[in-house]
Amino acid sequence: MQGWTSAKTIERPKTRSTRWVTPAKVVVFLLALAPVAALVWRGLAGRLGANPIEAVTHATGDWTLRLLLVTLAVTPLREVLRLPELIRFRRMLGLFAFFYGCLHLLTYVWLDQFFDWGSIVKDVAKRPFITAGFAGFVLLVPLAVTSTAGWIRRLGGRRWRLLHRLIYGTAALGVVHYWWLVKSDIRMPALYGAILTLLLAYRVVRR
Amino acid sequence: MLIRRPPPIRYSEVAPKSVYLNRRRFLAAAGLGALLPASAATKLEGIRKSPLSTTGEKVTPYEVTTTYNNFYEFGTDKAQPSKLAKDFRTRPWTITVEGAAAKPRTFDIDEVLKLAPPEERVYRMRCVEGWSIVVPWIGFPLKALLDRVEPTSKAQYVAFQTFYDRNQMPQGRFAGINLPYVEGLRMDEAMHPLAILSVGIYGEVLPNQNGAPVRLVVPWKYGFKSIKSIVRIRLVEKRPPTTWNISNPQEYGFYSNVNPQVDHPRWSQAKERRLGEFFKRETLMFNGYGEQVARLYAGLDLRKNY
Repeated sequence: MQGWTSAKTIERPKTRSTRWVTPAKVVVFLLALAPVAALVWRGLAGRLGANPIEAVTHATGDWTLRLLLVTLAVTPLREVLRLPELIRFRRMLGLFAFFYGCLHLLTYVWLDQFFDWGSIVKDVAKRPFITAGFAGFVLLVPLAVTSTAGWIRRLGGRRWRLLHRLIYGTAALGVVHYWWLVKSDIRMPALYGAILTLLLAYRVVRR
Repeated sequence: MLIRRPPPIRYSEVAPKSVYLNRRRFLAAAGLGALLPASAATKLEGIRKSPLSTTGEKVTPYEVTTTYNNFYEFGTDKAQPSKLAKDFRTRPWTITVEGAAAKPRTFDIDEVLKLAPPEERVYRMRCVEGWSIVVPWIGFPLKALLDRVEPTSKAQYVAFQTFYDRNQMPQGRFAGINLPYVEGLRMDEAMHPLAILSVGIYGEVLPNQNGAPVRLVVPWKYGFKSIKSIVRIRLVEKRPPTTWNISNPQEYGFYSNVNPQVDHPRWSQAKERRLGEFFKRETLMFNGYGEQVARLYAGLDLRKNY
């Protein structure tokens, strides 16, 4: 295990087995695929409601944000629960956040705008909420690219870790993107914002 | 404890279908078909098709119009109102028409339904959020009600108010906007023949989530101007406050005429998605009703007066 990819290495009690990790990863992998499977199922069954494109846009956006928060919860959870093995789920969760982010962007570019590049460029430049969402996505791209063991080696642990702090920016931009989108009922973006604040505060306090 | 349950109502005690259908036929024959309250009938009768209907548009499916609603008193999610407004009580119901009028008074809903012969008006409805539908509304010109109270020369604007009851509308607390919902029109807009009070859609009594028992429909303005479940109408001298303008004055103006050239600060208004269609379509100036209403705004800078 590459303990140096996380800020803090935790001593694991020697006696405990870690054999549960691999099957658990399979379960988490399938769970993370469930939202997209549900969308495809609802789409085929014609159960996406009156505005299917909006339903897909919202679902993929929601899951991007949720998986970003789950990814950010890995470090606090492994320390609080004393389960250092949780680090082995982090890359997969982060990549799933990226996967849903890609679907979200693709939904916007393809289904919503239908490749109307003029209108897309105008949106990204002029609409603060789209600017924020797009910026968040852009920050996520280098993280997805450098998620492999090879890239960790090439960059070196310190620089790799520094680079991967960009996820804080992505998550914050994701919350802002959602907050600026809603018209008046801010309960959901406020909830995501509160969870993100807690997860980031943990990192500050822990030092 | 012994609980004595009343015996269930037997089918034999319920009016047979032939009898209640005859009752309706009787009322329809008496020209009262459209007056049946929601509890007695959902089908409206004696409706004539209006020549002011929009033609050449495919009517949006009933399912869509009645399950995709912005009615924040019943939740901010569009699927919520159709579920949470099911038990909303629309009887008894009164509409108070007051202010600058010679004969201000309160109307019972059943009287409002009799004010003018019901007509079917097919209109495009464009939401400020960028989607649109085509709805066969049933109603009559707002003017018919306003004329009853004889507005005075001081009546420059009309202010509308939606019913609000925290008990029946518990989701209202989370709406993020001030409730009760209020809207307003300039007097000439309110008296325009295209501005109607609607009491039904698709030949049926207006479903609760669509603004029962009576709502405004102003087809050349963004949907939020078409205030639902009206209980109060006030004729006033000064421009009345309107809910979304109070909530966010940079984004929602008093006029809120559909205008593809003036973007919402957060999104373009140039195009819209007609629900049920894949490709977006161009949004029309005044939602396509410019020929009838553009003269109301002659000389008005529509960029400033959005």
